[in-house]
Amino acid sequence: MHSRLLARYIFVVLIILTIWISFSISQAAKPTREKQAGGLAAWEKVYSVLISPRCLNCHTATNYPQQGDDRHHHFANVVRGPGDAGVPGLHCQSCHQERNADSTGVPGGPSWHLAPLSMQWQDTNDRPLSSAAVCSSVTDRSKNENMSGPELLKHHERADLVLWAWNPGRRPDGSLRSLPPISHQEFVTATRTWVEAGTPCPKGR
Amino acid sequence: MATFHLNINGSEKTVDVDPSTPLLWVLREELKLTGTKYGCGISACGACTVHVAGIATRSCVVPVELIGDRPIVTIEAIGKDPVGRAVQNAWIEKDVVQCGYCQSGQIMSAVALLKDTKKPTDKNIEESMGGNLCRCATYVRIREAIKRASQQLG
Repeated sequence: MHSRLLARYIFVVLIILTIWISFSISQAAKPTREKQAGGLAAWEKVYSVLISPRCLNCHTATNYPQQGDDRHHHFANVVRGPGDAGVPGLHCQSCHQERNADSTGVPGGPSWHLAPLSMQWQDTNDRPLSSAAVCSSVTDRSKNENMSGPELLKHHERADLVLWAWNPGRRPDGSLRSLPPISHQEFVTATRTWVEAGTPCPKGR
Repeated sequence: MATFHLNINGSEKTVDVDPSTPLLWVLREELKLTGTKYGCGISACGACTVHVAGIATRSCVVPVELIGDRPIVTIEAIGKDPVGRAVQNAWIEKDVVQCGYCQSGQIMSAVALLKDTKKPTDKNIEESMGGNLCRCATYVRIREAIKRASQQLG
């Protein structure tokens, strides 16, 4: 008699425990889903910068960099070269110095070079890749020089050529080059939100 | 105006110029090193090429304030370098020059190529020399001379 009562008691306790755990899990999942949605929204802000000409012109899928807001083929027959920095005789540093040369209109920054082909953000017809495709590329450690989420954040915060996008100097005609669509601070904040959400990527190609 | 101490062809030169002055004009106007030529002024033709820390550099677009302490070599001194000497000899042997205006830039780029790539392929030559224009179209002889210099250098 006692053992039956005990069994019933344990059964009831187990049911209550199961309901409580399920409820706790659903409550815990709720903010995670919100975080995911926030991360995806933040990614779209990051993406808007990555496909701006200041970034995209050197993240090509081709044997050459681009230039200008219309992203035209770089003049003077400049080619990518084996190290993504041109070729001997026509190296990136043949013109691009450690900082902008506003008197001659040549942009510059430390170690001026193209992004590797693994980090191409446009197709071979020079069309920007989709948000999902760029996100997939940026988060693929076999393509992004093995950067984790926090390392990507640091890269966006501090890398010289990333910072250059918001200080691109003057064109040869003396006018200022255009900037990415959001400020560097907003870009870093969006990257942080995206990284803290686990670097979620949009679905699709 | 500002004072700059430049290491040019192995010796220090002091110039007092506007910091935004392109290196080309410092060489030609201040130091009278007129072997380096003005062509387009926008780094599109390569006539103004000199070596800055060994890199073939378009001197028409590089302000003197960005040179720092990097050594500069111009066409006037490239013959003191074994690769430079071989290139100049090959240029003479193959009779490359027609009007000659672009040739100092061509030679500086060719030397940069051969210092990096001892046995350049046609593609290497095409890519490395692609930024040096020649209105006399001496390109075939330039290619032959680069290959000849490569042979001479072993």
